[in-house]
Amino acid sequence: MIAFWILAPLMVVCALGMVVVRKAVHSALLLAVVMVGLAVLYAAQDAPFLFAVQIIVYTGAVLMLFLFVLMLVGVDTSDSMVETLPGQRVAAIVLGVLFAGLLVVAVSQATYGAAFGLEAANADGNVPGVAQLLFSKYVFAFEVTSALLITAALGAMLLAHRERLTPKATQRDMALQRMRDYAERGVHPGPLPSPGMLARHNSVDTPALLPDGTPSELSISRVMRAHGTVRDVSHDRLIAAEVESDTKQLGPSRTQDRQDEAGER
Amino acid sequence: MSVTPFLVLSGLLFSIGAMGVLVRRNAIVVFMCVELMLNASNLAFVTFARQHGNLDGQIAAFFVMVVAAAEVVVGLAIIMTIFRTRRSASVDDASLLKY
Repeated sequence: MIAFWILAPLMVVCALGMVVVRKAVHSALLLAVVMVGLAVLYAAQDAPFLFAVQIIVYTGAVLMLFLFVLMLVGVDTSDSMVETLPGQRVAAIVLGVLFAGLLVVAVSQATYGAAFGLEAANADGNVPGVAQLLFSKYVFAFEVTSALLITAALGAMLLAHRERLTPKATQRDMALQRMRDYAERGVHPGPLPSPGMLARHNSVDTPALLPDGTPSELSISRVMRAHGTVRDVSHDRLIAAEVESDTKQLGPSRTQDRQDEAGER
Repeated sequence: MSVTPFLVLSGLLFSIGAMGVLVRRNAIVVFMCVELMLNASNLAFVTFARQHGNLDGQIAAFFVMVVAAAEVVVGLAIIMTIFRTRRSASVDDASLLKY
């Protein structure tokens, strides 16, 4: 039972961290640690089937769903610190600690006797044992589950569906709009410069350099500029200028070399 | 090994989850705390299955997982819909029924 004493403190710390941490993504990752820890505890308690299901369903499906929704909703939607009910937070913490104390004391005061153990129930293996019960005693609940899952899938589809209110813009509409923008506001009708164009890196956070070496604002996503994660290219410009001056010096001699080579051949 | 440490851990996780539901405002984090409470109860189910020597507790935990998966799907879809209309994932902002 070394696994328990290693995992239990870790899980409690991670669960507390999940509540305390400000960013929702960090909460999700800490929750993943707790769930994997729980899966190991299931395995330690003779429940290999639930171990697999916990890993696949919870850490695999549910947490990925959480992360996807976080991505859609926006990771920076942090909590507001304004309390709508005065003193609610303090009261919640006090009550939570009291509740935890109550549960711990009650659970540890009760006597359970020696654990029966699952050796007899798992004699044919855990999965056949679970299947035996699931398809005999609990078969009705199991069948009802299918209705629940279908309802949930339909509900999610219905809720996430968005009706299109305006007709979809065709390529022709977009081309006309581009020309209209050019005529009215002088917006360049061609494609925007891609990030990293003529710069030293081709990552999306590197602005394209214009012929005079200044970074082009158009080549960087508006979101990245708002987050302030755009790479600073002023240093690159200096290097580019140096390289340029060097090549100017080397220029004639190089062509001379090439002519020499060509002559030898 | 006796079942008490497992049950204590389960109780602690459950109360941490409950505290999180009350303290946090972000709907997604509140939802994660609900998941933590469900998981804590699952741990108690599995522990008592070992205590009693039959697999009924594991079946119960299995059904909790299935229902939790369905609940997460619908719940997150609702959160997304609210976010789309109100531009906020805070549980305090969805208070139209008050007025």
